[in-house]
Amino acid sequence: MSVIPKPAVTDIFGKPVDEQKADNYLTHGRGILSWLLTLDHKRIGIMYMVLVLAAFFLGGVFAIVLRTELITPNETFFADATTNNDFYNQSFTLHGAVMVFMFIIPAIPAILGNFMLPLMLGAKDVAFPRLNLLSLYCYLAGSAFFLWVLGKGVLNILFPTLVGVWGGGGLDTGWTFYTPYSTDSTTAVTAATAGAFVLGFSSILTGVNFIASIHMLRPKGMGWFRMPLFLWALYATSIIQILATPVLAITLLLLIAERTLNVGIFDPALGGDPVLYQHFFWFYSHPAVYIMILPAMGVISEVISVFSRKHIFGYGFIAMSSLAIAILGFLVWGHHMFTSGQSALLSAVFSLITMTVAIPSAIKVFNWLTTMYRGSILLATPMLYAIGFIWLFTIGGLTGVFLGALSVDLHVHDTYFVVAHFHYVMVGSTLFAFLAGMHYWWPKMFGKTYSEKWAKIGFWLIFAGFNLTFFIQFVAGSQGMPRRYATYPDQFHIYHVISTLGSYVLTVGLFVALGVWIHSLIYGRQTPANPWGANALEWHTTSPPPHHNFNKTPPATDPYDYSHWTYDAELDGYVLNEDNEPEEAEAAHA
Amino acid sequence: MSTANADHDHPAHLAHHFDTVEQQFDSAKLGMWVFLATEILMFGGLFCAYAVYRGNHPEVFLYAHHFLDTFWGAFNTVVLLVSSFTMAWGVRAAQLGQKNILVLMLLLTFLGGVGFMVVKAVEYYGKWEHATFAGPWNNAFFNEDGQFVHPDKLEDTVAYGAKKMDKKAHAVAHVDEELGLHDTDAERLVEKETQEEHAEQHEAAEAQDAAVAAAPGPPLPTDHSDFKPAHNGPGGLSDMFMEDGAAPEAFVAAAAASAAGHTFVTWEDLDNRQKGLVSQFFQIYFMMTGLHGLHVLIGMGLIGWILFRAAMGAFSPAYFTPVDLVGLYWHLVDLIWIFLFPLLYLIH
Ligand SMILES: [Cu+2]
Repeated sequence: MSVIPKPAVTDIFGKPVDEQKADNYLTHGRGILSWLLTLDHKRIGIMYMVLVLAAFFLGGVFAIVLRTELITPNETFFADATTNNDFYNQSFTLHGAVMVFMFIIPAIPAILGNFMLPLMLGAKDVAFPRLNLLSLYCYLAGSAFFLWVLGKGVLNILFPTLVGVWGGGGLDTGWTFYTPYSTDSTTAVTAATAGAFVLGFSSILTGVNFIASIHMLRPKGMGWFRMPLFLWALYATSIIQILATPVLAITLLLLIAERTLNVGIFDPALGGDPVLYQHFFWFYSHPAVYIMILPAMGVISEVISVFSRKHIFGYGFIAMSSLAIAILGFLVWGHHMFTSGQSALLSAVFSLITMTVAIPSAIKVFNWLTTMYRGSILLATPMLYAIGFIWLFTIGGLTGVFLGALSVDLHVHDTYFVVAHFHYVMVGSTLFAFLAGMHYWWPKMFGKTYSEKWAKIGFWLIFAGFNLTFFIQFVAGSQGMPRRYATYPDQFHIYHVISTLGSYVLTVGLFVALGVWIHSLIYGRQTPANPWGANALEWHTTSPPPHHNFNKTPPATDPYDYSHWTYDAELDGYVLNEDNEPEEAEAAHA
Repeated sequence: MSTANADHDHPAHLAHHFDTVEQQFDSAKLGMWVFLATEILMFGGLFCAYAVYRGNHPEVFLYAHHFLDTFWGAFNTVVLLVSSFTMAWGVRAAQLGQKNILVLMLLLTFLGGVGFMVVKAVEYYGKWEHATFAGPWNNAFFNEDGQFVHPDKLEDTVAYGAKKMDKKAHAVAHVDEELGLHDTDAERLVEKETQEEHAEQHEAAEAQDAAVAAAPGPPLPTDHSDFKPAHNGPGGLSDMFMEDGAAPEAFVAAAAASAAGHTFVTWEDLDNRQKGLVSQFFQIYFMMTGLHGLHVLIGMGLIGWILFRAAMGAFSPAYFTPVDLVGLYWHLVDLIWIFLFPLLYLIH
């Protein structure tokens, strides 16, 4: 590669592209308005990336605050216990709410999905580009509500007289907004729920768009079972988004109505039923876990196959297990409510169905492992994250079986065991898959190489830091450490110290990853069209893609057949065999 | 992309990322159906909430629904059904390229929406006048002295409600002192009452508090003696409607139905707890019809927009997607009302 002084943009055959023709979506329009008003799914994906990463940073700040508070068994930040506890309550609430609604749910679908879905379909855009832009602005508006909640909370602490002027700020209900406390809380619950409501619209619009795109925009030759598995995953995710999110929307509306208008659906004093809130909330929020994990599994299916240089094993099983998880996901919400007083029969049924979710999940894991078996594995950064994902998802998934077991859950409900479990699923799995996808598609998105060495260092720091932070919490939880307390008995001190130190390592690792990306944007070299030798359609165009995605519509072939690509050492990437220029391409173009 | 369109001889309304007009039309239609699914799920959640509340308090609903006027509810149902018909006719006209019929049908549909909203506004205004409106404007209760009592102040909810208010009051108390304010959150909650009523109610609430504190076990007295409506009509709220104290016609009709075998619940049949919840029927009514009304307004906006475009001649048999989609949306809005009407107006 060093033989080429200034690497040129090359097409899929490794031929340099004429400078004038080397149009890409980043340079296609100039000026801030060409971004803010763009209908290009790629630019919308990039804007989502900036916003969602900012949200991740914000949620991360709260995480560090939490872990730092817990480094001592007593009050750490404020001497006054009430102030300290309030501060802690608000921190964990905002950590959870920001991370769930503003980071994990949109992370993979809105960033990677938006960018990659039309490319993988060989299409020019998603079915409804305007709705796509609208979803971005819904995201922005919903986030603004949360910033308002946060800003109000900070200002109220600095200038206490403000409370009398504009009411309470911050949020202290936990991210679940459980009634009846959320009806009574003097913090800015109404604004926060309104924010989550608007963010829900963003999610719904993305789901509508993806479903219509996958149904209608598949190219000739791409039957349902020739789609890349990432698209199957996004399809299953979208189904959940459109069926579950509206239920959250009405739940939050009813909560707002209860706080502002005395509508007493959930308020026992007004004849309502607070447990109904929990049913509604988890009817959305359990499937929401699959909104987070299914796209992650889709990313992993792509990465594992490409970096094993082997056709994905059990394509049909992986695709169908996504749908099975999406459907089963709607029937298990009661496992969050074993201690709520719901009927024992109901709990037993929910427990049983919860166990069955393990089946499609395990099907995926075994298929990934079988794909790797006897493959020629390249341990590049995306693959490291993918293998990390399998490791962490297995731990997160299996501890989920513990929690799904009714009798065990009664003991560990609301302990750090639960905290550790869902962080293994949400962070260990979704975050790792997100990072796998980011490193995998980064060359495609920006056309730049990144430092493999530092990206790997970032991975190892994140992996070590994550396990240090959360594995010990399984132990603390099984010993009885309850969640959501700022102070605790001395016997748990050692667990918390280890966990907090781990969270610092994790933070350093994430900043290393961020540094790698920023360095790549500034100093990265031009990448070839297909650096990894993958065969899904997004690799059949230049990096970064042109405004219209493809100069020539590529033929849809088996996305996991890598035999037509040959490694070119000079380019440090793969080129499509000339003889393989299929006649279909001409046919498709005509 | 406009040059590309010219190159390929594309129709003007075909977006660049679709290959054919059919593909674009089918995509739009699929997207609309998916969106309608989300609407159904959202209203489904609301219906669920309704069902749970009604299941827990059937007598309250049996009693309170008499304050809705079945005639106007049925009238509005017919209005929406007719407007659905004209909408469907409009879509057909668009398909056949009958511009004048399309414009006429869209206009009639729009007028149907107007008619619905006017009737709804009249119904809402009646609720407003009789203080059975949404939110804090619902004072569906009055004590022996004929004064309206806010639901939060009802004695069976006092144990919970009082605590709730104390807490809010406490949270802002020191701030109020600093600012020299004496209007606490707790007081704001019971706004809309005059200052004297205010003071009296505080006394009453304190007395109730004391009673609650003194009585062990459930704080509810089981006889109805201490919470009688001022006039014993067939329904306690009736005198709010009839200045002369005569029973509203709905009650007469309902009483006749009762004789024919239907259950008829009067104010006297409700215990104190249930009386305390009557306002919730109206709150739920406003929540449901309000959300539906918002959808009607959005639908009218959309119909107005395609009416304008149709008059400008924007649609043809080759391109009528917006008409089709708005039609689907309008049918859904009608369909939801078809469920709302019996659930709220026709309770047995
Ligand atoms: Cu769950």
